[in-house]
Amino acid sequence: MKFLRGKTNIDFMSFAGAALALSIILNVLAIVSLATRGLNFGLDFTGGTLIEVSYPSPPTIADVRQHLAAAGMPDSVVQSFGTATDIVVRIPPHSEGESSADISTRVLQALQKGVEGEVIMRRVEFVGPQVGDELTEQGILAVVYSLAGIFFYLMFRFQWRFSVGAVIATVHDVFVCMGFLSVFQVEFDLTAVAALLAVIGYSVNDTVVVFDRIRENFPRMLKALPRDVINASINQTLSRTLMMSLTVLLTLVALYFFGGKILNSFSVTLLVGVVIGTYSSIYVASAAVLYLGISKYDLMPVEKEGAKAAINSRP
Amino acid sequence: MNQYPAWKYLLVVFVLLAGLIYALPNIYGEDPALQITPARGFEIPPELQATIDDALAAEQINYKSREQEGNRILYRFNSNEDQLLADTVLKKALGEQYVVALNLAHSTPNWLRAIGARPMTMGLDLQGGVHFLMQVDMETARGQQLDRFVDEIRAAMRDKGIRYVSVRREGAGLLVLLRSEEDRDSTVEFMKSDQSLQGLDLIEQDIGDKFGISAKVKEAQLIELQQTALQQNVTTLRNRVNELGVAEPIIQQQGADRVVVQLPGLQDTAIAKTIIGATATLEYRAVDEQNDAFTAAQTGRIPPESRLYKQNTGQPVLLKKRLIVSGDQLIGASSGFDQQSGEPQVSVTLDNLGADNMLKFTRDNVGNRMAVVYIEQKPGGRKIEEVISVAVVREPFGKRFQTTGLNSMAEASQLALLLRAGALAAPMEIIEERTVGPSLGADNIAQGFMSTVIGSLLVIVLMAVYYRAFGLIANLALLANIVLLIALLSLLGATLTMPGIAGIVLTVGMAVDANVLIFERIREELRNGNTPQASIRAGYDKAFSTIADANITTLIATFFLFLFGTGPIKGFAVTLSLGIATSMFTAIVGTRAVVNLIYGGKHRVAKLLV
Repeated sequence: MKFLRGKTNIDFMSFAGAALALSIILNVLAIVSLATRGLNFGLDFTGGTLIEVSYPSPPTIADVRQHLAAAGMPDSVVQSFGTATDIVVRIPPHSEGESSADISTRVLQALQKGVEGEVIMRRVEFVGPQVGDELTEQGILAVVYSLAGIFFYLMFRFQWRFSVGAVIATVHDVFVCMGFLSVFQVEFDLTAVAALLAVIGYSVNDTVVVFDRIRENFPRMLKALPRDVINASINQTLSRTLMMSLTVLLTLVALYFFGGKILNSFSVTLLVGVVIGTYSSIYVASAAVLYLGISKYDLMPVEKEGAKAAINSRP
Repeated sequence: MNQYPAWKYLLVVFVLLAGLIYALPNIYGEDPALQITPARGFEIPPELQATIDDALAAEQINYKSREQEGNRILYRFNSNEDQLLADTVLKKALGEQYVVALNLAHSTPNWLRAIGARPMTMGLDLQGGVHFLMQVDMETARGQQLDRFVDEIRAAMRDKGIRYVSVRREGAGLLVLLRSEEDRDSTVEFMKSDQSLQGLDLIEQDIGDKFGISAKVKEAQLIELQQTALQQNVTTLRNRVNELGVAEPIIQQQGADRVVVQLPGLQDTAIAKTIIGATATLEYRAVDEQNDAFTAAQTGRIPPESRLYKQNTGQPVLLKKRLIVSGDQLIGASSGFDQQSGEPQVSVTLDNLGADNMLKFTRDNVGNRMAVVYIEQKPGGRKIEEVISVAVVREPFGKRFQTTGLNSMAEASQLALLLRAGALAAPMEIIEERTVGPSLGADNIAQGFMSTVIGSLLVIVLMAVYYRAFGLIANLALLANIVLLIALLSLLGATLTMPGIAGIVLTVGMAVDANVLIFERIREELRNGNTPQASIRAGYDKAFSTIADANITTLIATFFLFLFGTGPIKGFAVTLSLGIATSMFTAIVGTRAVVNLIYGGKHRVAKLLV
């Protein structure tokens, strides 16, 4: 089976202008949403207490709220979770004086009120205010360091224009993903951070495959314009790009539908990331390399460089 | 021709076999078991197994097998009922000398265990349990250290007959005020020579008409202090957790001032929180025998060198401000009966520093009384201080001594428990808690398994349909990759968590990429009119540098995720990066071996099914 019969010859770069406009719109939307709506930070970042319980029969949320208010926790948020019998209670961080142990015990007692049979504790999470700030800092550090690492690796293996292109594409993807999480108010928890880092990995992976082909094609297509070399490279790798996106998307769909609610944010972030990462490796990374003025002289095998390039292409 | 030398085929076979063997322990189940360990780290006596066998036989409980591993005996049972029954029986039969803990023991066969194969450990989110992150309050630890310096300086000056105006804490250091230049000179001299005051930097300064010495704690000393305080807390937590009877607890230092406590499989979390969350410390203090506590309580006139405390009976008692021994110097405590009188008693063991101080005090104070103060820090700054025991010093003692005068055996074991559990060097606060109930853990396992299977099946079907024969070869490599990944994770002793499973599922999707790259190259070469054999060779050769570059950049991202991530996120990073690494082997070397076996020998291959 083949998605694409024979050689494709699509003039990708002729849409570069439109793609640039689309990317700018997406990023502006993302930044506006991040600035105004913000992210729906999960417990890992906000601090506070979360308690998931399972009732023997579906509870009425209003009743549960009432019991909690009566127990002195009017600021708790009650939501159903996954199934009809499961609920989640979130309690904002208290200024001081009460330990998590006391809170969760009191909540469990309050929830048990007026219920026949046992209310089963599924999980309790308490995160102190100190922890959230650190997570934000570490998350940002992880993103910055991995971008820097990728930048220098590509500079060593390719050329600075490729480094810049890949990093622009990756930052683009991270923003669009976070914008999506913000617009749809998907809970941003620790697994979402992991997913963002995985998006970086995926996006660069995809980009590098196209770059690799560009590097290979320049010395071969000496008479062609850089624009045509890039177009040819994208066309040659197109079938692989689509296949790779498809296999990863399939596993993510499995994770989204069967992995349970805990991995929800993770799979949603990556689903968006894979789609946008595939787009960006063509239209952001490769287009950026073109706009930055790549020419055959940048990748021509010169005396010393040539030795290295030969090693690279024939390991 | 596309032929591998024999050693390459052997390598592939060998790696796959090793992978299979080391992944194998994960498919064996678990036996309900009881784990018996000595409470205070002493040696297990050889007759213990017989004692346990007798106790079980008396209640007609059958066990499946038993084994002793170092200082731990494990009894496996056929059912949960037997296990729970035996738990009650053995707790009664063995008393507080031993910790009896419920456990799930892997039923990995012996021959696998002999070569070091073991299953992956399930994380708390899969098997249920409690995770605490505790922050040590270093500010208070430093304050306590300063108090100790103040006490020592005062005592030494009294001994040497130097009169002082005051010795007190001042900001982050100490201030000693004296009346004359000569007094200051001799004070500086002894402070410089005193072994226990070496951690101080001294500066002479005049304050008004007084002659002062201000002392700051040296940086190195502060760091050492933090380190000891943290280690002491870890030890104390370990002792407390032992009281809980958890089979495989993890208590670890994290960073400069934090401790992680993980109690897998624990069901009753409320007890865990009270025992671990109790921020209790102990102090041994001398009773002020010159003044009457009742009068002091009534008039409110308290002698300057003493403080008024309440006993747990409600009676007031005056204790000297000077500390004899603090709780962090206490190593052990156990209850028992006095051999001569038959009275209940508690035997206490101190560390060397505590023993020295205790000996110094008791030599001068035979016949006087000594009290134990129990201090508990409640959240929100409340503090409970209670005198839990007042006893007469009968003779000088140091490292080991007995506390008698207790009303009952129950009181004795209660005191021993408090003494054992209550010796934190610095107060701690729970800053993160994650408790997963057993039902959610079971659901997570089921969902993790389900998504891995379905994700893999989807990819396998797609690959088979899209690349036909070569797709099937890639699928073999994919399955081999999963086996190798599980084998590596098991060998490394990694803990499998929900994000870790997500990493495995994602690996499945990303690992086939190498084969996609190779197969697309082969198709391209064929389209360019090359022969099948040449296309295979060119496909593998040309795709290699692309695969390497693409995977290395992904590994860079996962490396930083591992570096900055916490707990379960690290697990995700580890599984994903290991998965990518193993896929390089299976997708390149592994598939090539199969392709070579099929096509390599043939001179004419008319058509490649790719």
